[in-house]
Amino acid sequence: MTDYNYKSCTGCALICEDILYSDKEAVTQARNICRKGQAHYQSLFAERTKPMIEGREASLDQAIARAAEILKGAKSPLIYGWSNSSSEAQAVGMDLAERIGAAVDDPSTYCEGLFMEMVLKGEVPSCTLDDVRNYADTSIFWGSDPSSSQPRHLSRFSYFPRGEKRQKSYEEERTCIVVDVRESPTARLCPNTTYRVGPGEDVQFLEAILNVLEGKIPKFGDKKKMIELGSVLKKTEYGVIFPGRGIFPSLQDKMELFSDLMARLNEVSTFKAIPVAGGFNTRGFNQLLLDRTGYVKSVSFQQDNGKIIHRPEDSLAGAAKRADALLAFGSDPLAELPVGVARALAKVPMVVIDSCRSITSDEARVVIPSAISGLEAGGTAIRTDGMKVSLEPFMKTDRLAEKQILTRIMEAM
Amino acid sequence: MVSAMEIYMLLPKTNCKKCGLPTCMAFAVGLLGREKKLDECTPLIEEKKYEAKLAKLREIMAPLENASETGLVIHPEKCFGCGNCVVACPVNVAAEPTRCGAGLGPESEKVILRVEDGEVKAFNLEECRRFGPNKILCNACTATCPSKAIEFV
Repeated sequence: MTDYNYKSCTGCALICEDILYSDKEAVTQARNICRKGQAHYQSLFAERTKPMIEGREASLDQAIARAAEILKGAKSPLIYGWSNSSSEAQAVGMDLAERIGAAVDDPSTYCEGLFMEMVLKGEVPSCTLDDVRNYADTSIFWGSDPSSSQPRHLSRFSYFPRGEKRQKSYEEERTCIVVDVRESPTARLCPNTTYRVGPGEDVQFLEAILNVLEGKIPKFGDKKKMIELGSVLKKTEYGVIFPGRGIFPSLQDKMELFSDLMARLNEVSTFKAIPVAGGFNTRGFNQLLLDRTGYVKSVSFQQDNGKIIHRPEDSLAGAAKRADALLAFGSDPLAELPVGVARALAKVPMVVIDSCRSITSDEARVVIPSAISGLEAGGTAIRTDGMKVSLEPFMKTDRLAEKQILTRIMEAM
Repeated sequence: MVSAMEIYMLLPKTNCKKCGLPTCMAFAVGLLGREKKLDECTPLIEEKKYEAKLAKLREIMAPLENASETGLVIHPEKCFGCGNCVVACPVNVAAEPTRCGAGLGPESEKVILRVEDGEVKAFNLEECRRFGPNKILCNACTATCPSKAIEFV
């Protein structure tokens, strides 16, 4: 125990701060860390990137100079990624985007971005995860599977822990409801309160909930089960909805339905929403972009005067088709984006700032190695519920942090 | 996990009493509870006609050999490291009420379940409610596992 020190983990958006880490013992290195976090820690020793230009090894200075050259020469560059970088690196990246007139986007544009927008703009009420632990008695995972994406979500905050007002916790006081297209690992924990919906049927399900709350017979799904759900929601004292990337495809054009549902639920009782973010600092990026531009995603800066443009055609798919240079950091776009967008991006000259080898770094024209945020480089990040967390680096490295690399690219221009 | 009935179906079913128990069903239950060993069924070992059944029995009984004194079997390859069991275990909560009770990972060595390197591991099994002759059939850890990575025999 004496050899162990508290560290934080940037493996997912929960940013757990109770990881006990020891570099003295040969076998056991981290306690209380989930499998996802363990893989993140192991990436310290995995295939690390080297500075590369056109597939050949180069010096860091050369790589930075070449990256600056590519970005400077581009007419409509795209800067993608952001979500696994510290807030400081994001701020420098945003300065760079403004200067070169780049389009800016992150993975949340295909995931929980719209929900994050509603939360950040105050259109739906939200709370912190600590409030969830202390007060919440109903947690609804809609289109999200925290057991897989944020493994410690249920055990740290939403279902199993005993909180200030919830001393009897999952045994008596808490209810976990899962709405998903498949029997996810989270759904296995609450088989009686799992609602299976088909792909794209979330809208009907949402309308059925509204019907049940008004005392009407629902037109969708198992009527008895839906009425049961209605009575659970009515009895709830403090409910929290965790919308994930699963409901994005069916609700993306009808987001007002979600705010209607939240408004209706708040007439019955207290209900909050906390989107389940992907990268550890996805919310940080959304917040930064909102502060700077008034939008949370898919923004372009005009080349000459830095004017902000936000149009449907400036969405990621449009920007990817138009782009003639890509700067990716804190993400692996070719692996995570829909195939059409990834294919369009693969043809573009890519500059990648990444700590480990990825599909994107294999295809990139310039690769610049970086330190891993939270483990080798410090900074601050915003947790999925909006809490600001400061990250203390604990591994020594001679690699530059993303913030320093982006600053040097700006200087080289 | 294997059931007593599955084991019984592979036994000779002659109720010969050579193992010291009145019936083959009782022997199957004894095997599952790890009070009896497979070698105690002498006809099964000695007679040629049971060879295939014996091989099958050894195969289905293999996971039970890794079970701890309390009958806990951990499949590390299935574990997410989510810590649901760590937080749900009543013994863990009693040992560290302000940490395990409130959802944080334990820091002392007193707990019986702890996540290490992304996988759950068991310690201090004598503290478990299932330990010893006066055991309570508590299943807080197995019922809260989303991936069935921990089971009781």
